[in-house]
Amino acid sequence: MKRARAWLPGLLLVSPSILLIGVFVYGLIGWNFRLALSDQHNPIDDGDFVGFANFVALWQEARWPAAVGNAVVFTVVFVGGALVMGWLLALLLDKGIKGESTLRTIYLAPMAVSFIATGVVWRWLMNPAPADRATGLNALFVNLNLDFLVNSWWTAPNFGMAAMALPAIWQLSGYIMALFLAGFRGVSEDLREAARVDGCSEWQVYWHVVMPQLRPVTLSAVIILGHMSLKVFDLIIAIAGKQIVADVPAVYMWDMVFEVRDPAKGATIAAYMLIAVAAFVIPYLVWSMRKERSEGRA
Amino acid sequence: MTITTSGATRPVGGGRRATAARTAKFVVLFLVAAVFLLPMYVLLVTSFKPFEEATASAAWLLPRNWSLEAWTVAWRELAPGLWNSVKLVVPSAVISAVLGSMNGYVLAKWRFPYADVVFTLFLFGMFIPYQAVMIPLQQLMISANLMGGLFPVILAHVVYGIPICTLIFRNYYASVPDGLIEAARVDGCGMLRTYASVILPISAPAFAVTLIWQVTQAWNDFLFAVFLTGPNSWPVTVQLNNVAGAMTVAYNQQMAAAILASLPTIVIYLILGRYFMRGLMAGSLKG
Repeated sequence: MKRARAWLPGLLLVSPSILLIGVFVYGLIGWNFRLALSDQHNPIDDGDFVGFANFVALWQEARWPAAVGNAVVFTVVFVGGALVMGWLLALLLDKGIKGESTLRTIYLAPMAVSFIATGVVWRWLMNPAPADRATGLNALFVNLNLDFLVNSWWTAPNFGMAAMALPAIWQLSGYIMALFLAGFRGVSEDLREAARVDGCSEWQVYWHVVMPQLRPVTLSAVIILGHMSLKVFDLIIAIAGKQIVADVPAVYMWDMVFEVRDPAKGATIAAYMLIAVAAFVIPYLVWSMRKERSEGRA
Repeated sequence: MTITTSGATRPVGGGRRATAARTAKFVVLFLVAAVFLLPMYVLLVTSFKPFEEATASAAWLLPRNWSLEAWTVAWRELAPGLWNSVKLVVPSAVISAVLGSMNGYVLAKWRFPYADVVFTLFLFGMFIPYQAVMIPLQQLMISANLMGGLFPVILAHVVYGIPICTLIFRNYYASVPDGLIEAARVDGCGMLRTYASVILPISAPAFAVTLIWQVTQAWNDFLFAVFLTGPNSWPVTVQLNNVAGAMTVAYNQQMAAAILASLPTIVIYLILGRYFMRGLMAGSLKG
């Protein structure tokens, strides 16, 4: 180990951040868990330790499993949709095409906008009013004589959350496109050429040479989309307000903290959200650190 | 370049098929672009309609009478929020970028024992759902008597911006040759001196990326703002949500307000798109 004089100044320079992250990330997470393990069900009383009682009780309600179910539907459609869409756009752009930079600008632009602003226009686009007084996309479908496409969007009881994922896909698929495009173009032309010389068709080159190299990019994309999806909040609030049909854990927590004023329950929901994200982010972080170290970059 | 290489190896007679494929590709890409622009079209045309015209039946049509009426109302409603957003975005972005630069420098070039562990613990902060810290953060701010102004939100954006800023700077500094640092050391420069005279002067691109990223994040944030600010310090996202949530507000005003609230980040994206992109890529942990 190097002598302390060599590394101590570095540690000192990072220490303000270590302190801030220690207190405001790990300290507050700990505090949140302590709250979740207590019976402080109103803002005034002190709570006693009750173990995992809140964690169990949540599942006995009607609202919580429904909110989790909604989050699952949203996650599957959003992550799947944005991945496919982003991958497809990147594949089509890979070889270069006239107007590429304009197209990329258009696909990426929604990323710059807040979910709240997105919600304003999509709430109108996905207005569930029936055909006779249709607005938004439903009105467009009626005008184009595509009445069978008219639907109740996010207010549909079971899979309404699939519609709710559309604005999120709209917002994020440009980002996923950018990741994949960088991935595609990172595969060396020599490698592709070698496969062509071996008699591979252009399609086989993609399937056998390019795709396998995209696994790390795909993993990154899944992690990014997945962690966004599990905590989705702004978009739901902006489109549905706080209607039960579009309930997700983050909205439920909001209600518990600000309407019902039950800190322990809010903290329990938050703890579940953290656990869900940590379950796949921690292995990912450990894996990427190890990989980086073995590649000798660190 | 790619096109010519593959064109050269393509068997004779494939030319027409290649042209057809390229046309099909272009059509698909163009259609997707049109769908992507649809919401922007609705926002724009509706915002320029006078109140009577902003009805559901005419929503897809261009305005018959162009009007700035909705914009005037939206501006009046949102002006305080826009100003609050500026006041919270600037310090949030600057402070977290500076901290990120110092951390990135140390983690890339001046490593201490267990620096990897510290870095990984930092990165986890990038992914946590902020809900997991909201209740304690709010309680902490209340007991410290700091609620009411912009300070709590600024603090939140600074702290939770440290991970990504550190990541961006660390990846950027990792590509700086070690020899440069060594040379400075041989010349008798300490850590801070090397930072100030070798590292900082070449950091502009990384600062651009982090500042754009942080400005966009802080500008578009809703969750922290809604938990931690009061009516006098509501940033523009909260105000937009309130304006749009009110049933009495006409479509044209809602749409104008949405554009107005998004204009700064859209402008940044259009002007500084290259750096915006790099920030996005950094978010994927790739160097």
